[in-house]
Amino acid sequence: MSIILDHVNYIYGSDTSLAVHALKDINLLIPDGQFIGLIGHTGSGKSTLVQHLNGLIKPSSGSIYFNGEDIHAQDYDKKKLRSKVGLVFQYPEHQLFEIDVFSDVCFGPKNLGLSRQETELRAYAALKQVGLEDDYFYQSPFDLSGGQKRRVAIAGVLAMKPEILVLDEPTAGLDPKGRDEILDQIAKLKEETGITVILVSHSMEDVAKYVERIIVMNQGSVMFDDMPREVFKHYKELEEVGLAAPQVTYIMQALSKKGMPVRTDVTTIAEAKEEILRVLGSGR
Amino acid sequence: MGIIKTDRLVFEYIRRDEEGNVEGITRAVDEVDLDVQKGEFVAILGHNGSGKSTLAKHINAILYPTEGSVWVDGMDTREDKDLWNIRQEAGMVFQNPDNQIIGQVVEEDVGFGPENMGVPTDEIWERVEESLKAVGMYQYRKFSPNKLSGGQKQRVSIAGVIAMHPKCIILDEPTAMLDPNGRREVVRAVRALNDVEGITVLLITHYMEEIIHADKVFVMDKGKVAMQGTPREIFSQVEKLKQLRLDVPQVTLLAHELKKSGVDLPAGILTVEELTQALEHAQKHKH
Amino acid sequence: MLRDITLGQYYQTDSVIHKLDPRVKLIATICFIISLFVVKSWVGYAIAAIFLAVSIKLSKVPFKYMIKGMRAIVFILLITVVFNLFLTPGEVLVSVWKIRITKEGLQTAVTMAVRLSFLIVGSSIMTLTTTPNSLTDAMEKLMKPLKVFKVPVHEVAMMMSIALRFIPILLEETDKIMKAQIARGADFESGNLIKKAKAMVPLLVPLFISAFRRANDLAMAMEARCYRGGEHRTKMKPLKYAGRDRIAYGVLAAYFAVCIVIGIYL
Repeated sequence: MSIILDHVNYIYGSDTSLAVHALKDINLLIPDGQFIGLIGHTGSGKSTLVQHLNGLIKPSSGSIYFNGEDIHAQDYDKKKLRSKVGLVFQYPEHQLFEIDVFSDVCFGPKNLGLSRQETELRAYAALKQVGLEDDYFYQSPFDLSGGQKRRVAIAGVLAMKPEILVLDEPTAGLDPKGRDEILDQIAKLKEETGITVILVSHSMEDVAKYVERIIVMNQGSVMFDDMPREVFKHYKELEEVGLAAPQVTYIMQALSKKGMPVRTDVTTIAEAKEEILRVLGSGR
Repeated sequence: MGIIKTDRLVFEYIRRDEEGNVEGITRAVDEVDLDVQKGEFVAILGHNGSGKSTLAKHINAILYPTEGSVWVDGMDTREDKDLWNIRQEAGMVFQNPDNQIIGQVVEEDVGFGPENMGVPTDEIWERVEESLKAVGMYQYRKFSPNKLSGGQKQRVSIAGVIAMHPKCIILDEPTAMLDPNGRREVVRAVRALNDVEGITVLLITHYMEEIIHADKVFVMDKGKVAMQGTPREIFSQVEKLKQLRLDVPQVTLLAHELKKSGVDLPAGILTVEELTQALEHAQKHKH
Repeated sequence: MLRDITLGQYYQTDSVIHKLDPRVKLIATICFIISLFVVKSWVGYAIAAIFLAVSIKLSKVPFKYMIKGMRAIVFILLITVVFNLFLTPGEVLVSVWKIRITKEGLQTAVTMAVRLSFLIVGSSIMTLTTTPNSLTDAMEKLMKPLKVFKVPVHEVAMMMSIALRFIPILLEETDKIMKAQIARGADFESGNLIKKAKAMVPLLVPLFISAFRRANDLAMAMEARCYRGGEHRTKMKPLKYAGRDRIAYGVLAAYFAVCIVIGIYL
């Protein structure tokens, strides 16, 4: 179930003097079951890129293949593609419209032409997957808290049973606990279903804990594409483009500079703690 | 009395169902006592729904207390005659950058407040210029707000408030919808206002990195003040913050974890430098 | 990107026309439109054409740019012309199968085409050279006498200027919500009219909710900045007539007089 992007370019406003080269020669392979973080600051092209993955935007040149098929071929079924590649937009709660939570989640599967029973089964399963309690199912989505609304919106996409789930800044505007809850839920979902997850974010700290691969975008190009620890080694270059490695990276770098023999490629608090304790312990 | 003072402030609103029947009463702010001195940088922390925004809206007389009182520079917010003075003295910046810019050109937006106050035309221009310079947006004065980034828009909003020559400025989660660069821009601008112009700042946020430089921090939960103190005092209570749905910067968290494992570190470490120094010290001690 | 629509939107450059008081431009546009319907002879249209051409030249807005923003309107123009051409009864000039072109038809079609295209170009000079804000200012000032009749002139002007500020934002939001629903399998294109109308619900409901939320936020932000209607308010950019505005009024008056004379005698 892989996605391949082959020399994808996207230029908008090309017929005006204000043409913007939003994506520049993107080549990516997104294999089955990976947990990927897509990082870049605002305007780096990351949102444009994810909208290419389910055919919402057509590349100006280059091709996108889903399971070996060109998604912009004449007879390709885009609707089916959109059910396979689920895209959760930024602030997805702004798309809720139904009178109750459950009906809203049914919207996606209903559009796929599924039977009523299948639709409702999927909606129920999806709401469970995002950890929403039954009490809320028949409430108006507009009466829920921000975090709950967001869960409902994510469930609305999950109910289509996508094989690839793309989330564009799913934690924007949430408080720290709300952020951790959503990310934990996504990680759990990934664990249980083996779904491919692409997490778009501008925070390295948020994704470092979860993902196995980080793609860094800058000015429409892929700047780095590697395991987190490899990417964070380039923390100076990341800073130059307005990004930053997680704070632990800086801590370890600073310690190393002071002559403590710590490894500098740790990415999480837990790893850092272990590493510092190891070094302190050995000095005893 | 400080420039902003609340005395056992309570705010309740009535929840109604679809037919308009009363479902219950929610106490959004519950007996809050606040005393902010002139020139201070005060941060209010709290998770979503903790009542911090409701509290903020009282200081600008957008909401009125159900019980208790709010004074801005000695004026009671419930006195109608002082309404416009209060709104001029306690300027407010909101969360969504798109929904608070009125003008279609940056400079016109900044001039909006002074226009409303009846400031003479020449003086409006002076105020607009100095305010835009104070937030570093002067070169964008002829731009349409739609062409600016989120951080730039918030700086324009801040300039719009400064142009009213307020004594204090209340920022209600000004960075919640911004990316890290935008957040840094805004926080830097706010700190400069406090340091350079001496404007009292009340910053409401749930990002911990933004409050490290505050003079005083209040943490809200369920409408009450759950914790208060200096940033260091607050950050030294990692477990309690977690209970309140908040977190601490990674460096503070790491120090806390190390301390739990028996490393001898001071409480409430706030910066990478402090941690590395403390660790160096700890290492030497062991030898 | 929907944000970049250029239909008659302000074109920033430095020209005499840009510098004119918006009230002059507003009145001139109205006079110009009236003049198009006053004159009925080719001489009259020629004078209108000269007036228009000079204004375009003075505005320094590239003619190409002006035309490009009008593609959508060309369609409406064509329909009007075609209807007039084929459906006006009178002396038959050409007749193919059931379609007849009459002399009167040809005449009305050509006049209509000229009038409409002059009208569009003429008013777009105004919108291209005047920021929406100064335009609303001009309206507010010009309509001030209506205050006597309890017309809320300031409020109307403020509403217009806010609407203008939020149109691009709401357009972009529409685009975003539409995409989000398409990603959930929504179909805005196929099906008959009823099906299409139904398909709009998932777009319109969120859009209305968002518009109300924004309106609410904005009202609060305005109040927080001491907004209390038009009373006691001063202006950052008050409208003041300069020498060139008086000259422009003079030229306009002369043009208008000539048009009326031509309208009556030719």
